[in-house]
Amino acid sequence: MNSKRPVNLDLSTIKFPLPALTSIAHRITGVILFIGLIFAFWALDTSLSSPQGFEAVSDAIAHNFLVKLITWGLLSALAFHFVAGIKHLLMDADIGVTLEGGIKKAQITVVISAVLVILAGVWVW
Amino acid sequence: MVTNITNFGRSGLSDWLLQRASAVILALYTLFVVGYLLLHPNLDYATWSGLFGSTWMRIFSLLAFVSMAAHAWIGLWTVTTDYLKPTAIRIAAQAVIILAIFVFLVWGVQVLWGA
Repeated sequence: MNSKRPVNLDLSTIKFPLPALTSIAHRITGVILFIGLIFAFWALDTSLSSPQGFEAVSDAIAHNFLVKLITWGLLSALAFHFVAGIKHLLMDADIGVTLEGGIKKAQITVVISAVLVILAGVWVW
Repeated sequence: MVTNITNFGRSGLSDWLLQRASAVILALYTLFVVGYLLLHPNLDYATWSGLFGSTWMRIFSLLAFVSMAAHAWIGLWTVTTDYLKPTAIRIAAQAVIILAIFVFLVWGVQVLWGA
């Protein structure tokens, strides 16, 4: 190895660029959504099983704090995964595939999903 | 050429396309269900079970569940092959994921046609 190469061992100075963060968040939200399917299928199953089941689910979503939190969390993960997925499709269509375009699209993804996360919170509460 | 035996379509290009086709279906299903719930703030059991009792909604839901199965497998396959390097751990994790996807599919069919 060439010993004259600059070496940076101070990891705190190394930062992921925003597009890398949205990419990893897309993966993390995907895993969360998969685990969240347990909750989603339970809610769908119970709400369709009987009028009592429907009341139980809507009552839990309306009044149970933990259920509200899970619902908001899953809706937030879904919102981000959805928006980041649209970003992927734009890249497939060769739209904004430059360094500046990539950063801009990552910024737009964060802003739109942040708005959707807040709206989801308003919806649940 | 290295031939994958654990990925969904046995080819990266096939997985790439399936991931996008299933994504579009899941996006449409998501928009429909969220839109429906937003437009029916005082939803009752009769309306809700009537929706899922209709043939088109059952077909649309089954299409979404099958898309979820393909989409989740391709996505989680990518994630597990990227981060789980020891073969035994990766295969074990992928086996659990496959089993979970199978359970979700059977559960979904049960919900749609069970009662």
